[in-house]
Amino acid sequence: MINHHVHKKIGQIQFGLMSPHQIKKMALAKVVTPELYDKEGYPVDGGLMDVRLGVIDPGLRCKSCGGKLKECLGHFGNIELARPVLHIKYVDTILHVLRSTCRECARVLHNEAKIKELKDSLSDNPVLLAEQLREMREISKKLKTAKKCPHCEVEQKPVKLDKPLTMVEDNQNLSPVEVRARLESVSDDDVLLLGLNPKFARPEWTVLTLLSIPPVTVRPSITLETGERSEDDLTHKLGDIVRINQRLFENINAGAPEIIVEDLWELLQYHVTTYFDNTLANVPPARHRSGQSLKTLTERIKSKEGRFRHNLAGKRVNFAARTVISPDPKIGFNEVGIPKKIAMTLTVPEMITTWNIDYLKKLIDRGPKSYPGANYIIFEDGKKRNITDETKEQLLQEVTIGCIVERHIIDGDISVFNRQPSLHRMSIMAHKVRVLPGKSFRLNPAICNPYNADFDGDEMNLHIPQTEEARSEAEVLMPVETQIITPKNGLNVIGCIEDSISGIYLLTKKLSFTREKACELLYSVGVKTPRLPQRATVTGKEVFSSVLPKNFSFVGRSSDGEARVVIKRGNLESGIIDKNSIGEDNGDLIRELYKLYGDERAITILGKLFRLGTEVLLRTGFTITTADSEISSELLDQAQEQIKKANKAVKDIIQQFEEGKLESMPGLTPEDSVEMKILEILNKVRDTIGGLVFKETDHDNPIIIMAESGAKGKKLNLTQMSACVGQQALRGKRISEGYNNRTLSHFKAGDRSPMARGFIEGGFKSGLKPHEFFFAAMTGRDSLMDTALRTPKSGYLYRRLANALQDLKVEYDNTVRDANKMIMQFSYGEDALDVAKTEGGKLNIQRILDSIKK
Amino acid sequence: MKKKQPVKIETVKHVLVPKHLKLTEEEKGEILKTYNVSSVQLPKILKNDPAIKGLKAIPGDVIKIFRKSKTAKHAPFYREVI
Repeated sequence: MINHHVHKKIGQIQFGLMSPHQIKKMALAKVVTPELYDKEGYPVDGGLMDVRLGVIDPGLRCKSCGGKLKECLGHFGNIELARPVLHIKYVDTILHVLRSTCRECARVLHNEAKIKELKDSLSDNPVLLAEQLREMREISKKLKTAKKCPHCEVEQKPVKLDKPLTMVEDNQNLSPVEVRARLESVSDDDVLLLGLNPKFARPEWTVLTLLSIPPVTVRPSITLETGERSEDDLTHKLGDIVRINQRLFENINAGAPEIIVEDLWELLQYHVTTYFDNTLANVPPARHRSGQSLKTLTERIKSKEGRFRHNLAGKRVNFAARTVISPDPKIGFNEVGIPKKIAMTLTVPEMITTWNIDYLKKLIDRGPKSYPGANYIIFEDGKKRNITDETKEQLLQEVTIGCIVERHIIDGDISVFNRQPSLHRMSIMAHKVRVLPGKSFRLNPAICNPYNADFDGDEMNLHIPQTEEARSEAEVLMPVETQIITPKNGLNVIGCIEDSISGIYLLTKKLSFTREKACELLYSVGVKTPRLPQRATVTGKEVFSSVLPKNFSFVGRSSDGEARVVIKRGNLESGIIDKNSIGEDNGDLIRELYKLYGDERAITILGKLFRLGTEVLLRTGFTITTADSEISSELLDQAQEQIKKANKAVKDIIQQFEEGKLESMPGLTPEDSVEMKILEILNKVRDTIGGLVFKETDHDNPIIIMAESGAKGKKLNLTQMSACVGQQALRGKRISEGYNNRTLSHFKAGDRSPMARGFIEGGFKSGLKPHEFFFAAMTGRDSLMDTALRTPKSGYLYRRLANALQDLKVEYDNTVRDANKMIMQFSYGEDALDVAKTEGGKLNIQRILDSIKK
Repeated sequence: MKKKQPVKIETVKHVLVPKHLKLTEEEKGEILKTYNVSSVQLPKILKNDPAIKGLKAIPGDVIKIFRKSKTAKHAPFYREVI
């Protein structure tokens, strides 16, 4: 297939208008009747479905070329219009020509000297000429202000366009016949100066006298289940045109009064216009009987559902599956769980060889209905045969070496997994297949981050590469482990999350096991030869170290920034492992592993760490109850005390303000300064209360453990639950609107106290007062609306950006250039750094120095 | 009433406008050689751009701009006058 010879090469493309002559030459049938089929259901001669225009019924033959369905691509026909009509897409051109030429002598309204000058400047080169014609058009556009023709001295009248398509000259309508006559009389030389090339686009061709009829194959009819035929929208529209055209002919020939003829003419103009474009302003769209508007030529091409974005840019593929995703922390990071049903539908082609013939024959024997089976066989002559219970026996006899068996996908096959919107390269990654019971795709929750997936009903797509090339490409370039580091900023997008972080945190902080238990734990994680000291009890740190490579050394910090994490020769000597070491986006330890041992080893170690964390939690147990957010009554009193103090302080400030004694802060109005000061006080209260809560709460408290390890939640969440929710903010300010001068009718007008402006004193546990609940609902709704409105906006922004930047490329000399090799940036990002190889966009010089010192 | 005098702003002296410099023919040749480009491949600047008003640049000249950069501190940039 690759050895195709190029027989012809396109040298140039010339766009132009279709002349009546050309339309006639192209047409193989003249359409004269709006009827489509006769009584037997056979296409009528001279109708819109004429067999000379191509065939869409199996069995029929095209009268023009003799081809059957799918052999004959169809042929054009034409209609002779009774009266000329304007082409809606060219009204601008028509108007332009009318305005720039004399109404008497049809010369361009340039003076002789200018004509000569412009004419001499024109080039012979067709490419250059096209460019020049564009300029000519701009130049001649200024002519519409000309008062007098420089050639015959006749006064010019202004021509206006009465939207959508009536030409008005000095309050008098110009009929298409008149328009056409004027356009005809413009000489070829003058047409050039108007920016049109008369060889390909005579201006009068924009007024239609003949209408080209597209082949039947362009507008195939659909047979409904009831056996009824439903015609394409274009056929409907063309039927309208033919019908009105015939009536117009008859009326003209019968010598009907001018008014009737004009009415019909106008109707014909309407139909031809909506045939080209049915979404025009000021033109009522033509509709089906059901009231749905017709999809005519322009709508076929335009916008998202049009030919370009729907059919050409958005292609659909086979060998793909889509279903809901759900989590499975026990499968590997680079695996994907596939429902058996899908595994039995998607197939991989495998060629029969001497080595696999027995194995593949067994699969054929199992057929399409039992699991590891096969669906099709492709013989060497290219014939594809379905495997069924009936054909099975015979097929088994017939298969030879060289046949291709389309077998079910099995564990270990390579697949490509994707979640929309595919915003970065990690949105499509290669996974190993793992066939599982159930009906959803299963993925390890640790790789939700690169896909930006969650399990609230998300669906994902899966593709099975069908050729050896595609498979190896996916296997080498796309597997999950190659995507640990994002090219955005050089940080890791894959890391431990939630339970596995708190598990490892507990493990490295305080846990210890008997040697047996530790071995068992490690074995369940996949460490078969643990490096544990010969002691009856081993510490969690030692268990953790067993997962690391023997020669691994690392120095890092934990999230609180105090404790130093030190790993020497595969031994965690001090420090607690938390989110800062193994988490997403900032896992220093993961990045170090990736750098030192490469992607494959890094992902296996990471997988083991993840499993270790969850297994630890499974074995030790980890849960929270409402009691964990309980605080003592003394503490609650203290908190109330703090709030009271703050209320008092705020009251003082308000009083000062009202007396005009408050000093304004620089750059702020007095009103803004009060707000600022109040907000400062109120935010401080919550923090102090938070501090009090933490002083009292036990460090074994699971909420604290989760917050400190970085697994889930912040310390703030505990404060909000147990003691004080704090100030609610709307657009960065305290809640201040609603009624006149007050937030709710419970308060006096102008009340600036914390309570009246959305300060919530209680915690979630003790419950909110009605007005507090309302304030919380206000901010909640605001943030909900904000996200709902922002997502589509940023999506469109991204689309525009991606389209604008898609073929920019960093060249070998570090310049950024576009497809024409035009320079965009002289040095990529001005510092020529490969961001993927930095840490958050910066180089960590200290780390580099340390590694050299060693 | 007095007619309001339009405030004259010297664009070139504004803090946000980086320094522009017209390159000599030799310097221009050197730049084209280092980047292995013809001058049409350089980014463009209009000859009546306010930032190069005082430079008497004509189409074909190359302007060097001393831009400040967040990532690299200094980032020279070259634009061809059209």
